[in-house]
Amino acid sequence: MTEIDESKTLKPTKSERREKFTNLSDIEMKPLYTPEDIKEFNYAKDLGEPGKYPFTRGAYPNMYRGRLWTMRQFAGFGSADQTNKRYKFLLEHGTTGLSVAFSLHTIYGYEADDDKALGEVGKEGVSIDTLKDMETLFSGIDLSKISTSMTINAPASILLAMYIVTAEKQGHSPEKLRGTIQNDILKEYIAQKSWIFPPEPSMRLIVDTIEYCAKNVPQWYTISISGYHIREAGSTAVQELAFTLADGFAYVEAAMERGLDVDDFAPRLSFFFNSHNNFFEEVCKYRAARRIWAKRLKNKYGAKKTESMRLRFHTQTAGVSLSAQEPENNIARVTIQGLAAVLGGTQSLHTNSFDEALCLPTEKAVKIALRTQQIIAHESGVADTVDPLAGSYYVEWLTNKMEEEAEAYFEKIKELGGVIPAIKANFFQKEIANASYKFQREIESKDRIFVGVNDYQLREPCATPLLKIDENVAKVQIENLQLLRNERNNEKVHEILNKLEEAARSTENLMPFIVDAVREYASIGEIMATLKEVFGTYVEDSIF
Amino acid sequence: MVEQRKIKVLVCKPGLDGHDRGAKVLARALRDAGMEVIYTGLHQTPADIVSTIIQEDPDAVMLSMLSGAHNALCPVIMEKLKENGIDDVLVGVGGIIPDEDKTFLEKNGLKGFYGPGTELKTIVEFVKNNLKR
Repeated sequence: MTEIDESKTLKPTKSERREKFTNLSDIEMKPLYTPEDIKEFNYAKDLGEPGKYPFTRGAYPNMYRGRLWTMRQFAGFGSADQTNKRYKFLLEHGTTGLSVAFSLHTIYGYEADDDKALGEVGKEGVSIDTLKDMETLFSGIDLSKISTSMTINAPASILLAMYIVTAEKQGHSPEKLRGTIQNDILKEYIAQKSWIFPPEPSMRLIVDTIEYCAKNVPQWYTISISGYHIREAGSTAVQELAFTLADGFAYVEAAMERGLDVDDFAPRLSFFFNSHNNFFEEVCKYRAARRIWAKRLKNKYGAKKTESMRLRFHTQTAGVSLSAQEPENNIARVTIQGLAAVLGGTQSLHTNSFDEALCLPTEKAVKIALRTQQIIAHESGVADTVDPLAGSYYVEWLTNKMEEEAEAYFEKIKELGGVIPAIKANFFQKEIANASYKFQREIESKDRIFVGVNDYQLREPCATPLLKIDENVAKVQIENLQLLRNERNNEKVHEILNKLEEAARSTENLMPFIVDAVREYASIGEIMATLKEVFGTYVEDSIF
Repeated sequence: MVEQRKIKVLVCKPGLDGHDRGAKVLARALRDAGMEVIYTGLHQTPADIVSTIIQEDPDAVMLSMLSGAHNALCPVIMEKLKENGIDDVLVGVGGIIPDEDKTFLEKNGLKGFYGPGTELKTIVEFVKNNLKR
């Protein structure tokens, strides 16, 4: 083994640009990494072959040499009809999976004409009230051939039911359907905030979907356990890693408590991570995530199937890293972030459009974002070799370090009594608020440079064309909803909603009742109102 | 010695928008600048906000809106303030507010319009310099 002269290589010298180099998780970087930093390194134990336990090198043996990641651009705005046109545009340009962004009133389970929906209809995503909107959304798109991801949480079971019935009307049975519902309520309390019910009944609804899909929609991913929103809310990469996996463990435990066998449902859990600017930190985060998950599933939860231990994930580049100033610079940021996701072994990727700090993406911007993925895939060469960064002293050291720091968080969460008690104690919320304030202070003191924002600024007015949502969308959506209320069999709707309420008071699985309700065109608002009667609603502490 | 009265600010999240990172960071910055800060939390209707204003009597109200609902909700808040005879409170709005909407909001009595990338001290100064009482 080569002798290393530490005095020459490891100590920072006075001539450096900064006193201290830290990544976004506040982990300090040394100038150089050497074999000394990974003394205990054991290839078989720490990495293993790709596609094999502990999956550090990747979820599958030949990764992108077999099949490229799914290029899945998140999209939804205005009416179902408008979004349907955007999906067809994306499919024409080579997108390989759909991803639905819903309007806020849908996300919160309010009908478009509810007072709470004022000003929100179709603004942040596609407005869906009933099965009828869902039929329009996927009109002309064969649901047995495409996989669809739906970013929906509190009402996830309702949107899944609508998807199942829409496919049924296209002539496809549920066994053929492929896709994901986000269905990750824990991170809603922690970060994204689209909760409706208190945590306990929310967990019941999630386990209901897990149980139902295991029997009826076997190819469906029942939860997309998400770090994305935790990160966007201001967490560090380590916090994103730790809180997301802790949520994952909580779902596994909840399903096992229901009496489900871990190997029957764990293969249908998937993950969703953020990709921010610090390239190596992101790559190592994904590698550490796979290893931690595999170890826990095997050692703690007794999983036997390889599929149960294999962490698969979707990545979206970091919305918060985009600047409203000189928006074209975002194309460069997204390229770096997309590259990190690919080198970290993502199964699917959404690259943000350069105009997303200003509005929902225009057609031009979304096309460049998709082209960025295609360039990474076909021109950069990085997809031709599996986990090419493995074995780097720095990468392996940082992967270990992130795992270690995540483990320290798992201990803290355990001390607090688990994820739900920690949410109720505002633990995650405070950690994230502290991290985001610290980050903002670093930007303001120019400790971190945000190009075009706190340095190299051009004081030019922004000339980027914006996507504008027509206020008429709300009017038409409301008219259609009112029309539908007159057309459907209201007696039947009423009867089914009563049955749903009764079931909610028992311990029965609610999915079959929800499927029946949407089939009769009960609205998402009506179904949620029925469940609120039984479950109540959640109120969070307004801490900052 | 007469103690100088602290500026009291209400930071609000109107509508269904859950993006509260900016609002929380701003709330801390205002507090660190010596102001008394109340944060409403999420999902506030215009009626909720006005009733909090009546109860708390802040000098300034800062609305954080990133969902595109500003044109629909801000004028309702201003209308309700007027109905209650409140005209001495600074109402600022920030978040994602396209340039073309600013004139409309200005006509309705709103100010500020600070977006992503704004330095916190700019907003702190804005509050200090635009108080109506």
